[in-house]
Amino acid sequence: MATTVPQPPAINAQPPSRPFPGMHGGGGSAGLIPGAGELRAVAERSPEPARTGIWVALAAIAMSFAALTSALIVRQGSGNDWQHILIPRILYLNSAILVLSSLTLEFARKTIASYIRGEGVSRSQAMQWLGATLALGCAFVAGQYLAWLQLRSEGLYLATNPNSSFFYVLTAVHAVHVLGGLGGLLRVIYLLRTPVPILRKSTMDSTSYYWHFMGMLWMYLLFVVWLKL
Amino acid sequence: MSEAAAQHGPPQSFIWKYVFSLDHKIIGLQYYALALVAVFIGMFLSWLMRFHLVWPNAAIPGLQLLSKNGAPDGLITPEYYLSLLTMHGTLMVFFVLTNAPFAAFGNYFLPIQIGAEDMAFPRFNMMSFWTTFVAFVVLLAAFVVPDGPPISGWTAYAPLSAIGKDAGPGLGMGQNLWGISIAIFCIASLLGSLNFIATTLDLRAKGMTLMRMPISTWAWFITSCIALLAFAVLLPACLLLILDRVAGTSFFIPAGLVVSDRLQPHSGGSPLLWQHLFWFFGHPEVYIAILPAMGIVSHILINSMRKPLLSHKVVIGSMMAIGFLSYMVWGHHMFLSGMNPFSALVFSFPTLMITIPATILALIWLGSLYGSRLQITAASLFALGFISMFVSGGVSGFFLAQPAIDIYLHATYFVVGHFHLVMGVAAIFGIFAGTYFWMPKMTGRMMNETLGKIHFWLTFVGTYCIFMPFHYLGLAGNVRRYSSFVDDFMAPLMPVHKFITIAALCTGAAQLIFLYNLVHSRFWGPVAPENPWNATSLEWTIPSPPPWNNFGGIHPVVYHDPYQYSVEGAKEDFIMQNSPEQVETPIPS
Repeated sequence: MATTVPQPPAINAQPPSRPFPGMHGGGGSAGLIPGAGELRAVAERSPEPARTGIWVALAAIAMSFAALTSALIVRQGSGNDWQHILIPRILYLNSAILVLSSLTLEFARKTIASYIRGEGVSRSQAMQWLGATLALGCAFVAGQYLAWLQLRSEGLYLATNPNSSFFYVLTAVHAVHVLGGLGGLLRVIYLLRTPVPILRKSTMDSTSYYWHFMGMLWMYLLFVVWLKL
Repeated sequence: MSEAAAQHGPPQSFIWKYVFSLDHKIIGLQYYALALVAVFIGMFLSWLMRFHLVWPNAAIPGLQLLSKNGAPDGLITPEYYLSLLTMHGTLMVFFVLTNAPFAAFGNYFLPIQIGAEDMAFPRFNMMSFWTTFVAFVVLLAAFVVPDGPPISGWTAYAPLSAIGKDAGPGLGMGQNLWGISIAIFCIASLLGSLNFIATTLDLRAKGMTLMRMPISTWAWFITSCIALLAFAVLLPACLLLILDRVAGTSFFIPAGLVVSDRLQPHSGGSPLLWQHLFWFFGHPEVYIAILPAMGIVSHILINSMRKPLLSHKVVIGSMMAIGFLSYMVWGHHMFLSGMNPFSALVFSFPTLMITIPATILALIWLGSLYGSRLQITAASLFALGFISMFVSGGVSGFFLAQPAIDIYLHATYFVVGHFHLVMGVAAIFGIFAGTYFWMPKMTGRMMNETLGKIHFWLTFVGTYCIFMPFHYLGLAGNVRRYSSFVDDFMAPLMPVHKFITIAALCTGAAQLIFLYNLVHSRFWGPVAPENPWNATSLEWTIPSPPPWNNFGGIHPVVYHDPYQYSVEGAKEDFIMQNSPEQVETPIPS
């Protein structure tokens, strides 16, 4: 019958010779031999939270823009006041800038990795691509501002018609997120500039995922404001 | 594992220890305190409303100090009644039902129950509390602006909420503050959910597989997934509402709307769009309030029954199903809105579906209770009370899910009774259960059990006295949101209203027992041992209250499923999760 064994069992111990009744994780009196001999422990070193956190954050951002998109579709059908606005040409240039910034960020990621591994890349070399990304990001935001000025000069304000309302809301909310990404890039630069670089790979990776997501999101938004339903 | 520990050391000064603390436990207590303040304000507002409903001509002394226009000479105007209603709903739903069971208990116990030293992002955690605090202050500021709080209800239906001053008192500055407050609250909740999810996925102790997490942890985890996607929709909705109000856009305001003899300068907006966006958040919000309570109650009942629930996996699966389905039922709040009757039918079906996992949960609780020798404590009583409220309030949900019945009942007190029982009071009972159960761990002092039991019986009986008659009133056609029934066809129902008001005043007063017990025990209660309830989960393996780094720098290793109670052959009748004790179970014949 039942006996009590005082010693702690070894992790990843061999399964008990007797097949174990009941199911694992049932919360019941089953599973008493730790994990039924199957100590499916989480990894010794868990993934760094930044790696999970960034995907969770991107899911929330995607959801917000999905809500705005559905609002746009409903609003387009709800009144007869929808006037399709012509997309300012400069947005195409801005899109190219944002795509380019994703490319430079990937180069930055590679050079920084070699710099941290000590593969003969100097810090300033590692910094160069990052600086280029930062500059392109700033150029994108400035370009968006120019687009707004252009719309203004055409007499299209936030409240002029529903399409202009959505145009300003979508581009402004996106620009705020891009500014957040610029902040992330600045943080990466700060972490690299300390005497001994304390930049983690997970920080670099999650910042770049965020940046690439902003690029893809922009392409999607451009499509949404261009689309005539 | 070292990630969280690397981010902050022991707090050094008062400010960093108790105000801008990075410690998830202090942040949990801060959320709890905020919810406590909010719940007493919210309850006071409900007292004012109930008092006014039955004694509309009796002045409430001093009320004119709160609002000169809303309550001249202490008499509540019909508009101010709606302001009180709006603030009661907003405070209770956002700052009590979201904050206490989810943010407060979740913050305190989720990291400990999975064996982590802190949340994944302690700074975000601190920011999330203080952002919530700012939202709270902005909301309360609506009381002191000249126009008073908005009158558009906690759902802020457009176009009433979107037009501005023309639409009535409180719809100028008051409604702006409401919108800003809720938008800020969304940001706080998003930060909080992000933290909960990353913590659960990444910081579990060795051996803490997902299925070994206690049900309460599961509930907080599922809730944070729901909250992440729900608040991400409410935030842009609030943004659009604010733009309609201050920037002259027309997202929610239709053309040709004449309000206060003035043609509104808007065109083409869709009021239904606001309802869709709001309820896409609003229905999952119901589960954000109730799921943590379900987790807490399961956790406590298992401890009091000294045996696990009939099925750990089915409980978790049902909670997941509820979370998933909660995104498909929002339209059942809009059967009266004038949307296409066909869509009403479409929303009715998943609404009925969601009763299946909810019923499974209720049956598992009842089935597990059957034949168990339940230890009666204040915590287990409130857990039983939760089940009672959840079932009583949930049963009326079956009726309301049918569009044809809902069209009659929706604008009546029947719905008010339904949601107060099933989400409001049920979640509050979950909070009380959690408080009696965990306060020894949180403060290091035991609460008074006798006072707790008195508090339970008064609250339990009082709550039914308040909310059961609501159903009767609703069936009798008593419409909701009216500030007075005296000269109306509803006059014959006044005795019922009087009974409810007296019950509400008494039940509210009974909460002072709780407040006394809480404060008195906090300072003068008997010192709590490490594991006063002989419980199995990790929070009971560390001192009460826990040190700043929870496990004293040791990483716990988990060997067991969460609820090893009444184990045959074990040294005691329970085995803690981190105990290396090994028991061979006999093969069942």
